[in-house]
Amino acid sequence: MYDVAIIGAGIVGASVARELSRYDLKVCLIEKENDVSEGATKANSAIVHAGYDPEEGTDMARLNVRGCHLTEVYTKELDVPYKKIGSLVVAFSEEEMEHVEMLFHRGNANGVPDQKILNREELLKMEPNIGDTAVGALYSPSAGIVGPWEFTIATTENAVVNGVELLLDTEVVDIKKEGDIFTIYTDNAELDPIQTKYIVNAAGIYSDAIMNMVGEQEFKIRPRRGQYFVLDKSQGELAHHVIFQCPTALGKGILVSPTVHGNLLVGPDAEDNVERDEIGTTKERMDYIRETADKSIKGINYRESIRNFAGLRAQSDRNDFIIEESKSVKGLVNLAGIKSPGLTSAPAIAEDAAEILKNIGLEMKKKEDFNPSRRQTHFMSLSPEEKAAKIKEDPKFGRIICRCENITEGEIVEAIHRPVGALTVDGIKRRVRPGMGRCQGGFCGPRVLEIISRELDLPLEDVMQDKNGSYILVGETKNRGEE
Amino acid sequence: MMYDLIVIGGGPAGLSAAYEAYNRGIEKILILERDKELGGILNQCIHNGFGVHSFKEELTGPEYAGRYIEMLNSTHVDHKLDTMVLSISNGRDVKHVEAINTEEGYLSLETRAIILAMGCRERTRGAIQIPGERPSGVFTAGTAQRYVNMEGYMVGKKVVILGSGDIGLIMARRMTLEGAEVKACVELMPYSNGLNRNIVQCLDDYDIPLLLAHTITEIKGKQRLEAVVIQKVDENRNPIPGTEQTLECDTLLLSVGLIPENEITKNAGIALDRRTSGPIVNEAMETNVKGIFACGNVVHVHDLVDFVSEEGQKAGRSAAKFIKNELKEGQDVTEIKNGDRVNYTVPQQIRLENIMESQEIMFRVSNVFKDVNITVRNHEGELIKKLRRPVVAPGEMEKIKLTRADLEKANGLLTIALEEVI
Amino acid sequence: MREMICIVCPKGCRLQVDEKPDGEIIVMGNGCNRGIPYAKKELTNPTRVITSTVKIRGGIHKRLPVKTSTDIPKGLNFDVMRELEKIEVEAPIKVGTVLIKNVLGTGADIVATRNM
Repeated sequence: MYDVAIIGAGIVGASVARELSRYDLKVCLIEKENDVSEGATKANSAIVHAGYDPEEGTDMARLNVRGCHLTEVYTKELDVPYKKIGSLVVAFSEEEMEHVEMLFHRGNANGVPDQKILNREELLKMEPNIGDTAVGALYSPSAGIVGPWEFTIATTENAVVNGVELLLDTEVVDIKKEGDIFTIYTDNAELDPIQTKYIVNAAGIYSDAIMNMVGEQEFKIRPRRGQYFVLDKSQGELAHHVIFQCPTALGKGILVSPTVHGNLLVGPDAEDNVERDEIGTTKERMDYIRETADKSIKGINYRESIRNFAGLRAQSDRNDFIIEESKSVKGLVNLAGIKSPGLTSAPAIAEDAAEILKNIGLEMKKKEDFNPSRRQTHFMSLSPEEKAAKIKEDPKFGRIICRCENITEGEIVEAIHRPVGALTVDGIKRRVRPGMGRCQGGFCGPRVLEIISRELDLPLEDVMQDKNGSYILVGETKNRGEE
Repeated sequence: MMYDLIVIGGGPAGLSAAYEAYNRGIEKILILERDKELGGILNQCIHNGFGVHSFKEELTGPEYAGRYIEMLNSTHVDHKLDTMVLSISNGRDVKHVEAINTEEGYLSLETRAIILAMGCRERTRGAIQIPGERPSGVFTAGTAQRYVNMEGYMVGKKVVILGSGDIGLIMARRMTLEGAEVKACVELMPYSNGLNRNIVQCLDDYDIPLLLAHTITEIKGKQRLEAVVIQKVDENRNPIPGTEQTLECDTLLLSVGLIPENEITKNAGIALDRRTSGPIVNEAMETNVKGIFACGNVVHVHDLVDFVSEEGQKAGRSAAKFIKNELKEGQDVTEIKNGDRVNYTVPQQIRLENIMESQEIMFRVSNVFKDVNITVRNHEGELIKKLRRPVVAPGEMEKIKLTRADLEKANGLLTIALEEVI
Repeated sequence: MREMICIVCPKGCRLQVDEKPDGEIIVMGNGCNRGIPYAKKELTNPTRVITSTVKIRGGIHKRLPVKTSTDIPKGLNFDVMRELEKIEVEAPIKVGTVLIKNVLGTGADIVATRNM
């Protein structure tokens, strides 16, 4: 019998797990894929928003600002890449400057610190490559960029180390409530149905489906797709802050931002009426993104593009985050419709969730021995002496597997064997970066595959690229021609 | 230990360069190779067609590499395997090379000269922005080749190949012989830039259709590739609406270009040429940093390994001269420019003082042209040399030899171009 | 009159091959002498060199690259491939070692193309 079962191991579910792991509770985190961070958490803008965008008085506004601060704290505790580079909402006309000023005031009302309105001259000094038609901007120094999947993985790892049980490959297929107890039925044949007193629904674009399993339709999720370009690190120097555009008649505008690893991110657009599994990219939208982004930063060389991807935002039919106990089902806490600024707000949403659980009757006793820290080896950031010592200690750190990002075998093996370890090639990619570079796994792929196979004692053809079914190899060569 | 010469990369370029430097009397030579054996990419190129120029025989890739490895075995040239160079830098009298391996840990080496021979990497799906889903089963042709020929694993059963360059063609045959069904080779241009012989022995032999002037406009598949959508393209290489065709497949091999691997070069502040993505070199295959030389695919992507070996030899010879203080600094620098229909030249600069008899200039043209003149004009536009060619193509690197007398007429600038035959 | 591409060397000369009624074969367009016998063979008994890999124990890799020592009838390509799968060799092997003699009676041997 669990105290709390959290459904969905994206950044929200993981944050709730970590928050609850501060207390003496029996908690499980249920995830349908074979790894955490496989939904929208894997495919977003990676921005820690300052908090001027949500309307005053909303949960979004409050949680954005609180989450922005907590992210800075937690990423340090958990050794997660994060950079407080600040953001600029750029105006390309006097009319847009009015919007920028409105955001400035709203930001102040929401509690965003240290904001400033810049004129073109000041803007140019901060961003030499800013578009020629830019007239000014809202500068918010508290905004930042983060590694969203690294954050989720590290958060989950810390939650697990502090006692949370992670159940991967476990899709919820039904939920029944009898009295005060929930029984969660899953597709995992190795598990008995999960009994729990409380459920936290953090299932992203499927959160309405989870709600409907056990109660009435209290909200509806309409996935909204956004597509992106990721460009080579050579382009990462073009912008120094997160660069937003003002909304126009055509849409919210396209952002251009350095990533926490030095690449350049361009996107997203916004497309409604997509199915829950439609995460492909399209030429029309990619062309639109390029054209629109050109306004912000001059000279982006798309020949240096290394990847395109798309993510689905969990857009709900309400105007704010849905963070509440279900009206029709007691004990079910919905954390739904967590679209932007969802990533930023997640640590604060987790605090709210804990508060709600306390208020609805969950006894929460703080643990004496909660350990908030977590570290991983970053070989290239070590000094030559430290590198030498590390290799002596474990020779695997003397072999570079990922040429583009200079990642060692030691780091890869570490990523496999730590709690919430990598089981797939992309799992390694998200934890230690081979495959994120300009060769996109061309050089390191076979080597990473070999290492996973060796360390997990899996035949090579059973190692997956990412989700179950994404096999890479089909079997040994057999010289078999026409049969 | 202080070396005379460190060669970064033990593939055909590096092996040839090291051997030549040895033959020119250089003592302390070290090859640093990241893989667990010498030979570079040749180890996975198990097909034949190598060595026709160098050895007057047709050899497979491993055999070609083996010849050079054998030659080096009889020398005192040293090598370290499983060793990755992290960075190089230029000091006052010496150059520094930082590298790591499992046995010796962190290596901080000093040397008089460096030869860069790191080869190239493959263009990926992201670089050409094919829309669609992101399933597994999309490989670059070289990565697939590594799996098949070295790990001994098949990458799929129903294959489509994008790009009709030699790597794509070779893999079409390889996959077929291993029992896969290769449904088509899709080529964006209206011509293939692979060798004719490969069209015959890799596609025609196995009835694999070559779809010229086509491209892939969508990738479909949730976890593993399920299909690709191909479309015809017009003269501007834009997909023609209405010509969509869906090919069911579980594997897509991309043979869409090679890019010189110049991370180390860039980080050392060495000047790169945007046209080649490789370092700018002079007649000695020397970069803009004295004593750092480069050769092979890291300078510009070659078609024939024989030319790579030749280039390696040039670099080795020059490095030896440099080490013996015989390489002249040369105040008289002639720039070489690419003119009409020529994409780039290597070298990009020539110091007249170092030319004894003649200098070979390699270049690539921008399109297929029939019956043209290769022209070399000087600073004033005067014609210095003219060579007629029945056909030139982007996929076939061209060479032109200029004598010292030719070069003396340059007056600082030479432009290599293609002109109509009048 | 038939057009074909000579595959003897990477040049890939475009050949025009004319088979006369009396059986004589005239070849034009060849850049060297080797083109003529190639064209004749290609019309009557096309042959190819096969390269692949075989299983090897105790080597630096699990597969050893091999080739046919000379060209074999094109129609036997896949049959030769199947013969390759029947063997497993033991390291060390020297380049040029004959692993299968006179494969399928073609007169060609299967030889190792590297030391391993």
